[in-house]
Amino acid sequence: MIELKDVHKAFGTNKVLQGVDLTIPTGTSMVIIGGSGTGKSVALKCILGLIRHDAGEILLDGKDVTKGDRDAFLARFGMLFQGGALFDSLPVWQNVAFRLLRGSLKRPKDEAREIAIEKLRRVGLKPEQADKFPAELSGGMQKRVGLARAIAAEPEIIFFDEPTTGLDPIMSGVINDLIREIVVEMGATAMTITHDMTSVRAIADNVAMLHDGVIKWTGPVAEMDASGDPYLDQFIHGRAEGPIEAVR
Amino acid sequence: MSAITRPLGRLGRQVLAALAMVGRVAIFAANTVTHLARPPFYGREFLQALMQIGWLSLPVVGMTALFTGGALALQIYAGGARFNAETVVPSIVAIGLTRELGPVLGGLMVAARVASSIAAEIGTMKVTEQIDALVTLSTNPMKYLTLPRVLAATLAVPVLVGVGDVIGIMGGFLVGVGRLDFGAGTYLHNTIDFLETWDVVSGLIKGAVFGFIVALMGCYYGMQSGRGAQGVGRATKAAVVAASVLILASNYILTELFFSA
Repeated sequence: MIELKDVHKAFGTNKVLQGVDLTIPTGTSMVIIGGSGTGKSVALKCILGLIRHDAGEILLDGKDVTKGDRDAFLARFGMLFQGGALFDSLPVWQNVAFRLLRGSLKRPKDEAREIAIEKLRRVGLKPEQADKFPAELSGGMQKRVGLARAIAAEPEIIFFDEPTTGLDPIMSGVINDLIREIVVEMGATAMTITHDMTSVRAIADNVAMLHDGVIKWTGPVAEMDASGDPYLDQFIHGRAEGPIEAVR
Repeated sequence: MSAITRPLGRLGRQVLAALAMVGRVAIFAANTVTHLARPPFYGREFLQALMQIGWLSLPVVGMTALFTGGALALQIYAGGARFNAETVVPSIVAIGLTRELGPVLGGLMVAARVASSIAAEIGTMKVTEQIDALVTLSTNPMKYLTLPRVLAATLAVPVLVGVGDVIGIMGGFLVGVGRLDFGAGTYLHNTIDFLETWDVVSGLIKGAVFGFIVALMGCYYGMQSGRGAQGVGRATKAAVVAASVLILASNYILTELFFSA
């Protein structure tokens, strides 16, 4: 279980997180929604320790994420980055098997390649793509490779940062379905950040709405449409009028 | 009154900012060096960096040395003629190249080629979240990106300087024999007789220091890169400028240390 308790983070005078409280039970899929610049990515990066939060507590299975063995902590996570964040200098299979080629999870090269090809197949890519470089792939394919890399070491927790940004609606649907299938199949805990309401409905068990540095609403996805929360209503219906100020 | 204090305040802020930056670079350098003693080590990345920084810089360093050696021979001959000292050409070319021009010009050429490429590569990795991806894949970017490059440059640049010394002396030899009517045997004899081991070794030590500076600046500014193409461009420019200035400054300090009476 991941718990955020009164988490604060500011960059200079810009207070991004102002007391975030959120619980993600083990084995569930939580989707965080909210406008651009509301701190969704910052919250995610704070959990991973990529950014250090200023105050509050972030707990993983009851333990403070800032303490203890960092490698063991990170080994439990997989992450799909917004732009894929694939390593340009490495072929696709080495991107997927990155974790399996070095460090505590190191496997023999042949075995790592086999696992990489199997994961590529799982996300709908043929083995022929394995020896290509990321620059030779389309945006959708890069997202799939990123997804394959995120699940390569079979993590317990997977984070997805804007998984469908920049993709056409059909490819977005494919990625959403893949994420849902993989999360269910692996029994992983998932946390997704997105603006895309189609993704929310496809991926989420639970939804949290982040606005003004705090969680405005959280609950099961089935209750989202009837929440009665003005912020959530405005966001999910994409209305310009409402409590969330639209900058024009 | 404020007309006087305002510029002073601005100056003070700039001095503080400069000192803070020196501190950040020093911490970055210390952090890099301490990773030498802390596994894991990434041998493949080190060999790739060695190839990029060493082998692929050879043509540019070699060409620089060749033309510098030739031009130096012409200049010393013309200058020496004022004192009827034309015969010192081979020894001055050799000493000038090995002690000073070989390492400094080699270092500056490597700074232009390598510091820019390292800063651009790491800067792009930063803005495309590849550095964050490395962390989430349990890989320390300092170990995976910085240490192999800094180590490779520290080892490769002295070798480049050594090769450059030989090519530069050959440039002087070609001009001396071809244009200035030196006998080939006499030229080589004068070169070898007056050249001391310390002349060469001091240049190689300078090369190692310059290599360290070049890669460190490339990595530091790459890691500090701002967002977007403009951020990467600024990081690249800053890396080359900082590496070049530090090479020239450290060259003076090393020359003081090695050769002042």
